[in-house]
Amino acid sequence: MSNAADSKDSRGWPLYQVFIRSKAGLDHKHVGSLHASDAQHAVTLARDVYTRRQEGVSIWVVPSNAITASDPTQKSENFDPMANKIYRHPTFYDIPEEIGHM
Amino acid sequence: MYTQAIDVAPATENAVRSKSATDAEFEARVARDDRIEPQDEMPEAYRKTLIRQISQHAHSEVVGMLPEGGWITRAPSLKRKEILLAKVQDEGGHGLYLYSAAETLGVNRDELIDALHSGKAKYSSIFNYRTETWADIGTIGWLVDGAAIMNQVPLCRCSYGPYARAMIRVCKEESFHQRQGFDIVRALCEGTPAQRAMAQESVNRWWWPTLMMFGPHDSDSQHSGQAMNWGIKRISNDDLRQKFVDVTVPQAQYLGLTLPDSDLKWNAERGHYDFGKINWDEFWRVVNGDGPCNAERMHDRVKAFEDGRWVREAATAHAAKQADRVQAMQRKAA
Repeated sequence: MSNAADSKDSRGWPLYQVFIRSKAGLDHKHVGSLHASDAQHAVTLARDVYTRRQEGVSIWVVPSNAITASDPTQKSENFDPMANKIYRHPTFYDIPEEIGHM
Repeated sequence: MYTQAIDVAPATENAVRSKSATDAEFEARVARDDRIEPQDEMPEAYRKTLIRQISQHAHSEVVGMLPEGGWITRAPSLKRKEILLAKVQDEGGHGLYLYSAAETLGVNRDELIDALHSGKAKYSSIFNYRTETWADIGTIGWLVDGAAIMNQVPLCRCSYGPYARAMIRVCKEESFHQRQGFDIVRALCEGTPAQRAMAQESVNRWWWPTLMMFGPHDSDSQHSGQAMNWGIKRISNDDLRQKFVDVTVPQAQYLGLTLPDSDLKWNAERGHYDFGKINWDEFWRVVNGDGPCNAERMHDRVKAFEDGRWVREAATAHAAKQADRVQAMQRKAA
């Protein structure tokens, strides 16, 4: 185990986030991540790690550092204002019974 | 799959800390059954506890491939060989799901693997026992994976999102592991007297180490309370162990096998099986490195890692060559 800490091999392979489409007609969904030497390698590894039981028909991999995310500390500023905009939902409106389904 | 309440954190990690306002907020969130996601604020001790638990869990999956891997070439039929290959591949996959979950806490995968290889990190004590006969492959699936499922189902509701999601995927696959093990033991029990004896001998060796997988008694488990408050742990070690004994005894009876515990009997008053005393000296000895084959397991794990080095180097070289080619073509086009 002496040279387990050497940095000449896989160490430093970038992290890829993996997305799987479970069947045609559905969105790709995030399932996890893995390290690979490049994107094509990541697809090959994702097949073995995340689709051993026909979980998917298509795989996307995205370098983790290419993802830009919203700021979690801004969660309330970002998303709370929508809580009182109930008029954006169809259930806000009364439809007379005579009209039936709309 | 195999998790274990090993509970071997450095003492400092669990030292009494004064609670900040953020910690109180955090505990309130967990109490509301909110899930915590990687970017959320969390107490440092929560993060450290999770890194320790998830990485120990990942290591256990990876080391767990070793006791069974040796039997792939010796499986008694092509069917059993295919099944065992698939199972061992699953264990490797489970390790990868879990390392992936641990990394969301800001730890580097290489550090985790180095900690395993240097002997610094713990893994489930059960993998330091030898797989001496083919029956052991059945017993591991039936009892060891059965115990692991007991532990892991509640983890699907763990407060930390990435861990819970990894556990959901693991649990879906784990049921196959237990059933294929039961199927092996059942085939032996319905076979010749020699095969039945092989199954019985195997169960005699694995029963107690399996019960140890649930970890120390609640009264001796210093981290359990905190892990419960944080929503990492949902059911106590002793409750899980009792549940496992209660479901397993009738299965053993069906198979016509005895479990090696003279104190094992139904307690109508409690509505549970009573069982004998666990040898905790043995448990701690094995966890702390002095089991039947701790050194051998680590030697094999490190050797597998080293033997794979040229493959990783080749992949890295190939990726660099491909990147160079793309760059050259782009220069040409420009």
